[in-house]
Amino acid sequence: MTSAPALEISGLGKTYAGGLQALRDVSLRIDSGEIFALLGPNGAGKTTLINIVCGIVTGTAGTVTAGGHDIVRESRAARRLIGLVPQELHTDAFESVWATVNFSRELFGLRPDTAVVEKLLRTLSLWEKRKDRIMTLSGGMKRRVMIAKALAHEPKILFLDEPTAGVDVELRRDMWQLVRGLRAQGVTIILTTHYIDEAEEMADRVGVINKGELILVEEKHTLMRKLGRRELTVQLQQSLSILPASLAGVPGLTLQASGAQLRYVFESHDENTDIPDLLQKLAASNIGYKDLHTGQSSLEDIFVDLVHRPVESRQ
Amino acid sequence: MSAGFNGRGIWAIYKFEMARFKRTLVQSLVTPVITTSLYFVVFGSAIGSRITEVGGVSYGAFIVPGLIMLTLFTESLSNASFGIYFPKFTGTIYELLSAPVSSAEIMLGYVGAAATKSVLLGLVILATAALFVPLHVLHPLWMAGFLLLTAVNFSLFGFIIGIWARSFEQLQFIPMLIITPLTFLGGAFYSINMLPDVWRTVTLFNPVVYLISGFRWSFYGTADVQVGISTTLSLAFTAICLVSIAWIFRTGYRLKN
Ligand SMILES: Nc1ncnc2c1ncn2[C@@H]1O[C@H](COP(=O)(O)OP(=O)(O)OP(=O)(O)O)[C@@H](O)[C@H]1O
Ligand SMILES: [Mg+2]
Repeated sequence: MTSAPALEISGLGKTYAGGLQALRDVSLRIDSGEIFALLGPNGAGKTTLINIVCGIVTGTAGTVTAGGHDIVRESRAARRLIGLVPQELHTDAFESVWATVNFSRELFGLRPDTAVVEKLLRTLSLWEKRKDRIMTLSGGMKRRVMIAKALAHEPKILFLDEPTAGVDVELRRDMWQLVRGLRAQGVTIILTTHYIDEAEEMADRVGVINKGELILVEEKHTLMRKLGRRELTVQLQQSLSILPASLAGVPGLTLQASGAQLRYVFESHDENTDIPDLLQKLAASNIGYKDLHTGQSSLEDIFVDLVHRPVESRQ
Repeated sequence: MSAGFNGRGIWAIYKFEMARFKRTLVQSLVTPVITTSLYFVVFGSAIGSRITEVGGVSYGAFIVPGLIMLTLFTESLSNASFGIYFPKFTGTIYELLSAPVSSAEIMLGYVGAAATKSVLLGLVILATAALFVPLHVLHPLWMAGFLLLTAVNFSLFGFIIGIWARSFEQLQFIPMLIITPLTFLGGAFYSINMLPDVWRTVTLFNPVVYLISGFRWSFYGTADVQVGISTTLSLAFTAICLVSIAWIFRTGYRLKN
């Protein structure tokens, strides 16, 4: 409809009252309809970032616009677009599911609409529980209630702060079903997670935040291509005790499994990999092999690598 | 918060708070009714048999406005302070902070609901009192005005306490330590004209005296202090509370990080 990005964050910083700098100079642009995964270790600043955008924490530097609306100067317009499922479970113990979800909708200034709420509760398998007091629900059910509350005002941008932490397999699957459904409706979704397979499966783009700094934003596939490693495993016909001289100089090549296999690791963005060369050398040295296997590092490997690598050696 | 008005948001908060009161309706009503009845038995009968009249009004009838005020103070304070403290305590305040409702709108929802409940309770106590003593209200409009203004004032004050409090102890602290003594020393059960001159002068520094006196005047047409002063003081109290709340919200004091 408009060309404004769903979210435009520039130079965002946050220093908490105690002096802790939780975010420094974060700039990020998220397009409409994107699924963006924010990764980072505990205490990296993910929740702080989300809370600033949602109006729960006040930033100490920088600006944010949501759908083109400044979150401070045009807070009403910005907030109407945003739904938030916070990391912690915060619910009204004594309210019924039905009442609390309807409350959320009206709080955002929308006309009560039982059809919308009913559909939402059915989608989240909460319909049977609608008359129950929230305190009588299980943890997973409470999380569903919080999702229903966040979606009650039909937001265009949804923040999911660790939606699948401590959630069983079924709910996790439901959650991803829901996310896909929302994306199909054009909702922009920003999520944080510690399950990297989740980001790998769902996200269009990935941002990595560490110690308050956004150290990387990349399209998921590009990231995996650029930073991912590939490896070749060669099952040998006869075990070797040491690498023959002709192979000893090849970087990334090691002997494994008591000499029964060779492992060759290389950067996946490397154009001229030496696989053919390596295989020729094997043949020349009369080393027979019975199987070859190639693999690719997961987003998890990349992430762990990024966060633990010192700053200078990045890029 | 930017321009605009979210009336539905206010209404949602108001309804939410009224639903909370409804869940505890029985305690909410029974407690003040029993307490009031006890006051009549203890003060009205025991003291009333010695002091038959104060300023031409029977003692039992004389204490009615004070009793209603006492309930208004404590109920408004506790309901409004608890109302806003509880979401802070449970964490559900995240939703209020992230919603397109302004601070003024949040305040209207909470204070409006707390004041509504207090006024209803005040009327219930008035009805209870009518069972014990013959009542007549000389200036009903003024009576309603004082009832409403006091309920709003103490709800505003309670709202501030609720935002300020970091624990349940702090939540109880001001009502117990300041409001209750001020009320008992504020002429709820006696006319300050019955006090020795020195104490009378000291008492005039107690703002509660003016509230009770004004309210009593609306019933019986007699007052310890001029009604104009009572009215002015009440309105000044409203203004102070509103300014404080405006400051709290502008700075995000104890609500946002
Ligand atoms: N209210 C606060 N006051 C002071 N410091 C805070 C506050 N909230 C968070 N912090 C600090 O800011 C830093 C970032 O916290 P944040 O909650 O944003 O991390 P996170 O990336 O969400 O971590 P997690 O994965 O554990 O949820 C941490 O060092 C945290 O201790
Ligand atoms: Mg977090």
